[in-house]
Amino acid sequence: MNSAFGNIKAIAKRELTGYFASPVAYVFIVIFLLLCGGFTFLFGGFFERDQASLMAFFMWHPWFYLFLVPAVGMRLWSEERRLGTIELLLTMPITAWQAIAGKFLASWMFLALALLLTFPVWITVNYLGSPDNGVIVCSYLGSVLMAGAYLAIASMTSAMTRNQVVAFILSVVLCLFLVLAGIPRVKEFFDSLGFVWLGNLTAAMSVMTHFDAFQRGVIDFRDLIYFLSVIGFALFTTGVILRSHRSG
Amino acid sequence: MIKVENLAKFFGTKRAVDGVSFSVARGEVLGFLGPNGAGKSTTMRMITGFIPPTAGKVSVGGYDMVENPIPAKRLIGYLPENAPAYTDMTVSGFLSFAAEIRGLSGDAKKKAVHRAVEMCFLESVLHQSVETLSKGYRHRTCFAQSIIHDPEVLILDEPTDGLDPNQKHEVRGLIKRMGEKKAIIFSTHILEEVDAACSRAIIIDRGRIVANGTPQELRRKSEWAGAVTLRVKGVAGSAVSAKLYQVQAVNRVTVVEEKEGRVTVSVFPKPQATGANGEFARAVGEAAHGWHIEQLQIEEGRLDEVFRSITMPDTKQEVKK
Ligand SMILES: Nc1ncnc2c1ncn2[C@@H]1O[C@H](COP(=O)(O)OP(=O)(O)OP(=O)(O)O)[C@@H](O)[C@H]1O
Ligand SMILES: [Mg+2]
Repeated sequence: MNSAFGNIKAIAKRELTGYFASPVAYVFIVIFLLLCGGFTFLFGGFFERDQASLMAFFMWHPWFYLFLVPAVGMRLWSEERRLGTIELLLTMPITAWQAIAGKFLASWMFLALALLLTFPVWITVNYLGSPDNGVIVCSYLGSVLMAGAYLAIASMTSAMTRNQVVAFILSVVLCLFLVLAGIPRVKEFFDSLGFVWLGNLTAAMSVMTHFDAFQRGVIDFRDLIYFLSVIGFALFTTGVILRSHRSG
Repeated sequence: MIKVENLAKFFGTKRAVDGVSFSVARGEVLGFLGPNGAGKSTTMRMITGFIPPTAGKVSVGGYDMVENPIPAKRLIGYLPENAPAYTDMTVSGFLSFAAEIRGLSGDAKKKAVHRAVEMCFLESVLHQSVETLSKGYRHRTCFAQSIIHDPEVLILDEPTDGLDPNQKHEVRGLIKRMGEKKAIIFSTHILEEVDAACSRAIIIDRGRIVANGTPQELRRKSEWAGAVTLRVKGVAGSAVSAKLYQVQAVNRVTVVEEKEGRVTVSVFPKPQATGANGEFARAVGEAAHGWHIEQLQIEEGRLDEVFRSITMPDTKQEVKK
């Protein structure tokens, strides 16, 4: 088991050094921070709300993760396939799931780092008022989990193709489904047709529904399970796709 | 060390590898020859566990590659075709990663990287990004990665591809030296490498093994094996071949060149006469008695000709006509 941990660590370390070897990582972080700041203060009505909370900050996360997370995840496997390094990686004495986990964890840590760098927003709100910091920590946790779910989906689409653009578009579309399934209008639509159960099901499938609870400061076991199972399922599918490619 | 039994790989209906069996022991260097698309790389990918076989078995060091891949992979160093490497890393970063994933750390890792860098002459590019390396250096970097853990089994897919003549020479020497203690399979399109480095060679064509033997044994399959090339002065070509056809063991005589009163002919023995090389040459020499012989040479057999006749039987018949 020790060696499994060592392998995952080696893979994750390689992946992370790869990110920071090029300017792309820094550009990404800057764009991420600009978007966060911009949306929070310009469109989120942070000041107009006149309340000490980060609602205006977190409410945008499901939307701009839609583009930012696939941008990070799209290269995970398609780049390995394009360069042919996947042949090196999968002939090394590691299991495929160690490689998948290592690469996933590296990009997840990278996203978490970008999110962590938004701490000035948190400082600002504490400076201006006295927010419920428990709710904020909880929202950060939900945000990280949501990023993980998106990322796992991007990992899956990235395994499907050696073309990063295709991988990007596919994962944006899939993530968009997960977001849209949760907007009230979809549920109303199904309800009006008489399929209440279907409306409930789609709502339950959506990241919006589960992220909401975190934003309210509630850590529900079912929401945790939801995000973790999306991650688990998508990574498992990544493994299946990689295996089917190798079988030819 | 490496045992391959009835290995097959079908891509859809295409039979890329179709029932290949062989084994390689420690101390052997096996050359893998065959035309483009013969299935060399596919076979190597199955041996290294990259792609699962459609049928058949691969075992490395006694571990089955499908059932017990991790210990099997631990024994192998692999240089894939086209030498892939992570372009977003430096050479030393890449080699450190390769060492780490092989379970090396601290001093052992440093030593392993240092050794591989020395063996592959990479000092000058150690801190350069892989992306900006020339083709040959990238190839050497990937080669260094394959030997970083001093593996017992080496699988090298066209290891000298893209190297300059000096480096080709170095790598052949390296393979030969390492082959004394390891089991090595390498594929190549350069037939001299078979002589330079292999203890045994396999020719594969359309997914099947069509020849398997030491370089000498393969050469003996050539119709050139034991043939005699003769240059005489002052006799007409037609007269020379007429006389030589009277020798009983002679199968065929071809006039290679006729100019300035000199004639060069190649005399091929009948298949059953090939075994006794010396005798055939003597018989030819006796027939030539009285001519002014400038040169008489016994041919060893040519690998390129064996390769061509085995892998392109149809074209060869056309040439004969
Ligand atoms: N993933 C794949 N899907 C379909 N066909 C494949 C695949 N990989 C290889 N093939 C086919 O299998 C055959 C053998 O290919 P392989 O790469 O093993 O040849 P090779 O002997 O290495 O040739 P070369 O000397 O050109 O490197 C080829 O006809 C190739 O088109
Ligand atoms: Mg090949």
